[in-house]
Amino acid sequence: MAFLEVKKITKKFGKTDVLKGIDLSLEKGQVLSIIGSSGSGKTTLLRCLNFLETPDTGEIYVDGECIFNAADTTKKSFAEIREKRLSFGLVFQSFNLFPQYSVMGNLTLAPRLRAKEEVKSGKLGSAALKEKYAAIDEKAKSILASVGLSEKRDSYPCELSGGQQQRVSIARALMLDPDILFFDEPTSALDPEITGEVLKVIKSLAARNMTMIIVTHEMNFAREVSDKIVFMDEGIVAAEGTPDKIFESSNERLHAFLSAFGGAST
Amino acid sequence: MSFWEVTLSLLGGLKWTCLIFALTLLFALPLGLVISFGSMSKFKPISYITKIFVWIIRGVPLMLQIFVVFYVPGLLIDGFSGFDRFPSVLIAFVINYACYFSEIYRGGIESISKGQYEAGEVLGMTKSQIFFKVVLMQVVKRIIPPMSNEIITLVKDTALARVIAIMEILNVAQTFASKGLVWPIFYTAVFYLVFVGLLTLLFGYFEKKLSYYKS
Repeated sequence: MAFLEVKKITKKFGKTDVLKGIDLSLEKGQVLSIIGSSGSGKTTLLRCLNFLETPDTGEIYVDGECIFNAADTTKKSFAEIREKRLSFGLVFQSFNLFPQYSVMGNLTLAPRLRAKEEVKSGKLGSAALKEKYAAIDEKAKSILASVGLSEKRDSYPCELSGGQQQRVSIARALMLDPDILFFDEPTSALDPEITGEVLKVIKSLAARNMTMIIVTHEMNFAREVSDKIVFMDEGIVAAEGTPDKIFESSNERLHAFLSAFGGAST
Repeated sequence: MSFWEVTLSLLGGLKWTCLIFALTLLFALPLGLVISFGSMSKFKPISYITKIFVWIIRGVPLMLQIFVVFYVPGLLIDGFSGFDRFPSVLIAFVINYACYFSEIYRGGIESISKGQYEAGEVLGMTKSQIFFKVVLMQVVKRIIPPMSNEIITLVKDTALARVIAIMEILNVAQTFASKGLVWPIFYTAVFYLVFVGLLTLLFGYFEKKLSYYKS
């Protein structure tokens, strides 16, 4: 079984079938890009995988463990979902940084709160909390350095450019050491001339064998960085395969889609 | 009567004005939050009941509500002589202002984008952590202008307490007027203006404190 296995995910909003049975699989260390026109269900799929939406049917396995099964009618508590969430990270299209916290604050807030909880539940001695906080700060600094934002440590999100904000939000997601990092159109809210700095960070993560799923409209980037590309159309996986296979595909819908983006190889 | 004597008695009245003001805030600020949660509740009956309650309280003059709290319990309940004057005023003010505050809170809370909650969720934060550590500060920043409006109105609404003979500042001035000394009534404006002026400075300070970020 692959590291991530998604089986027969369906999702309806009212009477609209947004996802009509999605199957996906991904090996550890691989990068999967999801492409497709607006309304094809890409973002909904990503939100389902991150528990922001509950699929109507289907199953999700990570590393052989079932983390979601729609057939299991026992209602999952928020706390259970929360634990499972920690193996995933999500980077939003609109960054969603916390405006009242500095860059460091954005990175350390969730890990610090977790450490505090561990003290409360007795897992961590209160004397160890300070050390833990220091370790969290160190980690935040080194992750910030890796996305090239060391000097912006004490800035607030409103003082940063869009590209810098998105890099901070990638750094924030990395703080939890996710097994899989998801990106929901990470450059769609950015000016074209600054998408490069964000894509560069994602490429560097790929080079470090981070397992990633990226919903994107950047075709050249997808071709370059992905091990596998999935083309979604009207709620189904219409084509999938290696970048080369996808970009040479004779699938009509896919071909039309790629031509619109100037990425088709005819 | 000398200016000094009048000032002293008006200050005696101001004590009650301040007391109504401070105690109303003390209780109505948190109660308003509870009511706003009620009206935002996903459990429909609670949200309907809360909304009807807020409609009634906001739809009826505060003066009438003071009368109701002061007279009605004594009439309805055998062997209960009703609340004293000051507690009656306080109950009416707290409930009335909590309802207005609740709507301001609701507006503030609902204006926070869904993305903030979702960002907290995917980072593994609990719902209460998200509310208190992420959302609340942003709500506070957004509601300062409408809250300062409402709180300034409260300063002047305290004058309504005189309808059940609380000796707040305007009532004290009126007793002078009934004895033929009219100017103390106009003189009270100075006290109100100073009071509201200090509050305005205070709110300006808070706004400035929170201006280090934009959301």
